Amino acid sequence: MEPKPTLEEYEDNWQTSMGGMLFDQDIVCAVLLRGKNIFTDLHHKSWMEYLLFAVTGHDDPKLARLLEAIWVICTSYPDPRLWNNRVAAFAGTTRSTGHLAVAGAVAVTEASIYGGKPTLRVAAFLSHVHEQLQQGLELKQILKNELQQNGKIYGYGRPGFGEDERIRPLLDFVKEARIERGGHTELVFAIEKYFIRCKRRLRPNIAALVTGLLLDQGLNAKEIYYLYILGFSGGFLPCYLDAQAHPAGTLFPLRSKRIKYCGAAPRSWSLK
Amino acid sequence: METISTIIWDEDAHPASPFTVNECRCCGFDIYDDLLKNASYIEYLYLLFKHEQPTVIHALLLESLSIALANPGPRDYSVRAAMNAAVGGSTRASAMIAALSVGAGNLGGAREVFCAVDYWRRCGFDLEAWQRLLRNPPSQRATDIWLPMEHAPGFDPNGSVCPPPVEKTLNCLQELGGTPALKWLYEHRVQLEAVTNCPLAFSGVAAATFYDLGLVPEQAEMLYLLLRLPGAAAHALEQEKMGWKNYPFFTEALEVKQDS
Repeated sequence: MEPKPTLEEYEDNWQTSMGGMLFDQDIVCAVLLRGKNIFTDLHHKSWMEYLLFAVTGHDDPKLARLLEAIWVICTSYPDPRLWNNRVAAFAGTTRSTGHLAVAGAVAVTEASIYGGKPTLRVAAFLSHVHEQLQQGLELKQILKNELQQNGKIYGYGRPGFGEDERIRPLLDFVKEARIERGGHTELVFAIEKYFIRCKRRLRPNIAALVTGLLLDQGLNAKEIYYLYILGFSGGFLPCYLDAQAHPAGTLFPLRSKRIKYCGAAPRSWSLK
Repeated sequence: METISTIIWDEDAHPASPFTVNECRCCGFDIYDDLLKNASYIEYLYLLFKHEQPTVIHALLLESLSIALANPGPRDYSVRAAMNAAVGGSTRASAMIAALSVGAGNLGGAREVFCAVDYWRRCGFDLEAWQRLLRNPPSQRATDIWLPMEHAPGFDPNGSVCPPPVEKTLNCLQELGGTPALKWLYEHRVQLEAVTNCPLAFSGVAAATFYDLGLVPEQAEMLYLLLRLPGAAAHALEQEKMGWKNYPFFTEALEVKQDS
């Protein structure tokens, strides 16, 4: 077998430029993140600016403010019926802890019908289409190809709901905050117009607008995905606390009759 | 009223309360009047996943694999995640969550087993197909939340020789008979290792076992997560008592480069 990097080389030897604590004897003398000192370079940053810098290395207060607005307007509904919020609320009704409630809810937010997966896919899709348009391809043809390959256009339509109510308030914020709308955001609405012309009832959902705006700010699809991970957490704790404030075990209880069994008929284990 | 549909669980309500269960059945078997007395835990586990009673060989196979996987040992990253939680005094549930999160990945984790079972489905018992796939692995969509596989699933990219526990497990399981994938893997391990340039790992043995049990990749991924938890729990409890002062902090192991 060919030689590979050995674990011996890495044993007690983690070299990093990302950051960590610096010690002088037993005293922590500095804490660095991407070469910046937390106590002297980053101490005035907002938490969102810090997170943005941690994930991307960008120092961009305006973008951080946009992310914060997205988290408030788009991803923090305090409704325990929503799939991820319900996990936090269940933790409340079963009297589990706040951290466990949020940990479970954050993990399940990497879902297919909302949260992590669509966000990444929409961002990659818009980025890809934007590139193709810049290469001179026609939007109509690009979308036809996409529909042929994937059978759907990511970021359009919304399972279980009609028009996405978050688009208008987010656009209002963007206008008020004088955030520049670039080619990706315009693309979101150009695709919508294409669908209207084709008489297809596919409206952009909030993931399309959010990723369009963030791509226009220079983020890439993976960065958007990472920055979105905690974006739903503002809805988790209200749901957890509310369930905790109600009598234990009373959130959406199910009576036996609501389990619809459609499996094998009664049988005996010993009669194989 | 909205309902939950299932082919696994049937129950009826107690006459005194619609919210109190009276009798419940798993795939048709009465759990507390029948399974509790007549089935082993492993048989019940198999029933939950396959919805049928296991054959004697399949029950034995799952039981043996469960023993092999139950404790990956305190050097394993998923177990370390659990111990890490424990020494800091975190909740016991968080130790389990930590073990699952870390043990879910592409390297030695449940996602690797998912991919490895998929390889079995693609290649079966065709050595040339295996060699082709291992040399030209399927490309992954850039839009996948999972990072691309960096090595052949089921093999250890950081290993230099196949660990005897892996060899012994493979040998023991394939000797049970009625396990064609394990037998084939046992016979072709060296050829596959030559292609991958990596030794076989527990994830590879587990994947072959799951394939022999007729499990799809999703079921295999879930079972692998489940079967490796006992060791994480036990080591977490042990280290919780020992405390952080007796656990590595890697004080001297990290160097922050300040030039970038």
